[in-house]
Amino acid sequence: MAPLISAQEVVKEFPLRGTIFDALNPKKKCVHAVDGVSFTIDEGEVLGLAGESGSGKSTTGRLLLRLIEPTRGRIEYRGRNIVSFAPRDMEHLRAKAQIVFQDPNSSLSPRMSVGQAISHPLQIHGIGTPAERKERVLDLMEKVGLSPAPFIYRKYPHQLSGGQSQRVVLARALVTQPDFLVADEPIAMADVSVRALILQLMRQLKEEMGLTYLFITHDLATAKYLCDRIAVMYLGRIVEIATRDELFRSPHHPYTRALLAAVPVPDPKARRDKKLPKGEIPSAINPPSGCHFHPRCPFAMPACREARPPMREIRPGHFSACILD
Amino acid sequence: MSTQPEPKNVKAARFSPAAGAASFFRWLSSSRKKYGGEWWIMIAGIVVIVLILTMTVFPQVFTRYSPTDQNAGGQMTPPSRDHIMGTDNLSRDVWARVVYGAQTILGVAMAAALLSAIIGIPLGLLSGFAGGVFDRILSLVMDSMYSFPGLILAIAFAAMLGPGVINITLAVAVVYIPTYFRLVRGQTLSIKEEVYVEAARAIGARRGTILTRYIFPNVIATVVVILSLNIADAIMTEASLSYIGLGLPAGIPDWGMDLSMGKKFLPSGIWWMITFPGLMIMLLALGFTMLGEGLAEILNPRLLEK
Amino acid sequence: MTDNQTILEVKNLSITYPITIGNVRAVQDVSFTLANGEALGLVGESGCGKSTLGLSLLDLLRPPGRVSGGQILYRGRDILGFDARELLKLRGQSISMIFQNPLTSLNPLFTVEHHFLETIHFHDPTLPKDRAREGVEKMLAELGIEAKRLKEYPHQLSGGMRQRIMIGLALIMNPDILIADEPTTSLDVIVEAGFTDLLLSLRSVYKLSIILITHNLGLVAEIADRIAVMYGGKIMEVATAEDIFAHPLHPYTQGLIDCVPNILLDQKELVTMPGSPPDLVNPPTGCRFAPRCPKVMPICRQKEPTLMEHAPAHTAACWLYQKGEA
Repeated sequence: MAPLISAQEVVKEFPLRGTIFDALNPKKKCVHAVDGVSFTIDEGEVLGLAGESGSGKSTTGRLLLRLIEPTRGRIEYRGRNIVSFAPRDMEHLRAKAQIVFQDPNSSLSPRMSVGQAISHPLQIHGIGTPAERKERVLDLMEKVGLSPAPFIYRKYPHQLSGGQSQRVVLARALVTQPDFLVADEPIAMADVSVRALILQLMRQLKEEMGLTYLFITHDLATAKYLCDRIAVMYLGRIVEIATRDELFRSPHHPYTRALLAAVPVPDPKARRDKKLPKGEIPSAINPPSGCHFHPRCPFAMPACREARPPMREIRPGHFSACILD
Repeated sequence: MSTQPEPKNVKAARFSPAAGAASFFRWLSSSRKKYGGEWWIMIAGIVVIVLILTMTVFPQVFTRYSPTDQNAGGQMTPPSRDHIMGTDNLSRDVWARVVYGAQTILGVAMAAALLSAIIGIPLGLLSGFAGGVFDRILSLVMDSMYSFPGLILAIAFAAMLGPGVINITLAVAVVYIPTYFRLVRGQTLSIKEEVYVEAARAIGARRGTILTRYIFPNVIATVVVILSLNIADAIMTEASLSYIGLGLPAGIPDWGMDLSMGKKFLPSGIWWMITFPGLMIMLLALGFTMLGEGLAEILNPRLLEK
Repeated sequence: MTDNQTILEVKNLSITYPITIGNVRAVQDVSFTLANGEALGLVGESGCGKSTLGLSLLDLLRPPGRVSGGQILYRGRDILGFDARELLKLRGQSISMIFQNPLTSLNPLFTVEHHFLETIHFHDPTLPKDRAREGVEKMLAELGIEAKRLKEYPHQLSGGMRQRIMIGLALIMNPDILIADEPTTSLDVIVEAGFTDLLLSLRSVYKLSIILITHNLGLVAEIADRIAVMYGGKIMEVATAEDIFAHPLHPYTQGLIDCVPNILLDQKELVTMPGSPPDLVNPPTGCRFAPRCPKVMPICRQKEPTLMEHAPAHTAACWLYQKGEA
């Protein structure tokens, strides 16, 4: 069966504003936020997109919904390239593919009540009468745990707790019954106990509503809990993709291994392998040549500097962009 | 627990005026418990304004004399029980001129402020939202106007347009358009970057909807405050214009004009002709200033503390 | 690693700050000790009072917040009674603190070197400049930062490097205690791991005692010897790190551990704790955790349990273990 979402060699470069001379220069400096990324997401799957800052994971998420225009590449939703969608097709896409951002408090307009915020997508797409919309919104609110719904319906964002706000954001994203949801670090700003609640809710909603997720995170432990497959990104490129079990059992790419080794474990008896890659994440304006990770990689070879390593399938369904064996 | 008060000027609001007034009073009483001095300042301002507004609507309640009656009493009589503010050089009752003069000055100032807002706010929104060349050009024009001393600009326009109440209103209005423009544009620029605006795009909202339902309501809080302070300023500008003699025909009672007339007779010891109109101008401007400052204190900490 | 001598003792500390509708009891009747050379983790979610507590240890509470009761004994002397001069000497020289966001803690107008020299000069004006410079270079070596960075400005450094500079500034005068308030929250995973290693190595080099304030259970497991769990402004449980994770007594501690994804485990379900933190203006009667506790009993809602030892070196405030008068 064809995948729901397909990204093919997607590139996003953000131009840097410089002097007028820079503008005239054909090799203008830019931020290579996403540097040729390809992957697919099957219907009903949760794909995790893991990486640190500067990895391009958030930008990729936005590109999949065309909230940002890609510089190059194809992005397909149900087999059709959304980059060439007309405005009317985009409108349909907006009802079918949604996003949840990291900070629920800044994702909601302070001047819109909960009810207004959640029902606005229905209004935009002309779904139902005002009475029907309210009914639907109240139902959805109960489903995501915003109870008692009629009471919270009238509230404003500043009157809600962090967990409640994130549920409102979720409800707003799900009210048009999309089939695809990009979740951009949805729990990063929540309290520890609230995170678990939101994760559990997301799992539950996925089953009940038949959703497909792209789950963007910097926390591999969370990714392990929620995702079916995980793609690891570094400086704009995917360095490894595998199923969850495969990735954690036999990580291949040195960056993946470093990332896994660095994740803090809530268990004092777990001793970390202390070998960390040296240096820090380089700038995305002037990334290293060849494999972006080579300056920090403990296994770097001369060939790593020359050419970008291709993604090769080292095991069935397990791809890694590293020439190591 | 108090609920969020509905913003008073939301364009997209579908509230009836009664519901709006009811929620306003609810908010008023809930805010009293929370705030100290600012609340009283605001109330004081409201009281003054309401008083003077009543004067404009029901002048007969306040005085039985007509402002243009040149036979009200003796010529230039000092304040007495019959004429509490005395009479002027044309034997007109000063208090009557004060009462009826309120209509002119308040009318012009409020209309001018409203006009500036109606023009400046949408321009600011569009400019901030659209950006690009349009924004650059408009900002340039507005900044140039803004850099002129307000009074000079008003005088220039008043002189150009000629006499008349409408013309003086327009002249005063022009001065304040850049104020609203700059304020709204600045707010729009920063709100444009907020996540909830991007979220609005993500749910499929078109640019017009984003502007009216997401950006405008969040901009409007500061504008309400500015409106009040603006009216205070407009009062002073209007008074200044008519003081100089620009704008209004002689028949209409006007505080600024009375001020300039009273100045002539002051050296002779006739103090009541200039003092009372002067005091009224000050009082009215103060009223709007207090309302604006009180509102600013009350609204802004709430905006800031989030 | 510790020599069992108590270097800091907090006794019945209470901190309140007034808001329009009442007094927020951010910290209520909290007591704990810190031994010389020990790393104590203060763990809790937002609103539990841990950050407020940390600030109070250096008398850095922002008015109108204030200590409303109790003592903070540093080497036996109550710092709450210190005058301004003694406090200035205390901060940076005896007790230091680093915060979550290093970018806003550093002055953008001054170079790295200037930050260090200024700190040194403030505490020890008589020290000659070249001696100070030597000390700074030695510190940078400890931090793993090249000397050429001295001439750079904060905005030229990465987040990880800035946080290292912060530790350097905190430790340059060789204090006894370092308080770290969510030091790694703004850092990437690998940088965070490097920072943790650095903290542990500095701890042995400088014979530091550390108070680590965080909600990150993974971080506290790596660094802390002992852990105190806070909830609703009170301490719920104190024990060694091993005991807290292996044998948690308090249901809140258990709930916290159960709801955090553990990368080494195969967790099918995360146990969740529904509900929200208590109202600190009008706290519920009885145990603060009672409304959310899966093991709540009638007495829990009536009386507050006291922090008592229920296992060797393991205290908890819970009626499950405390024989109470019903």
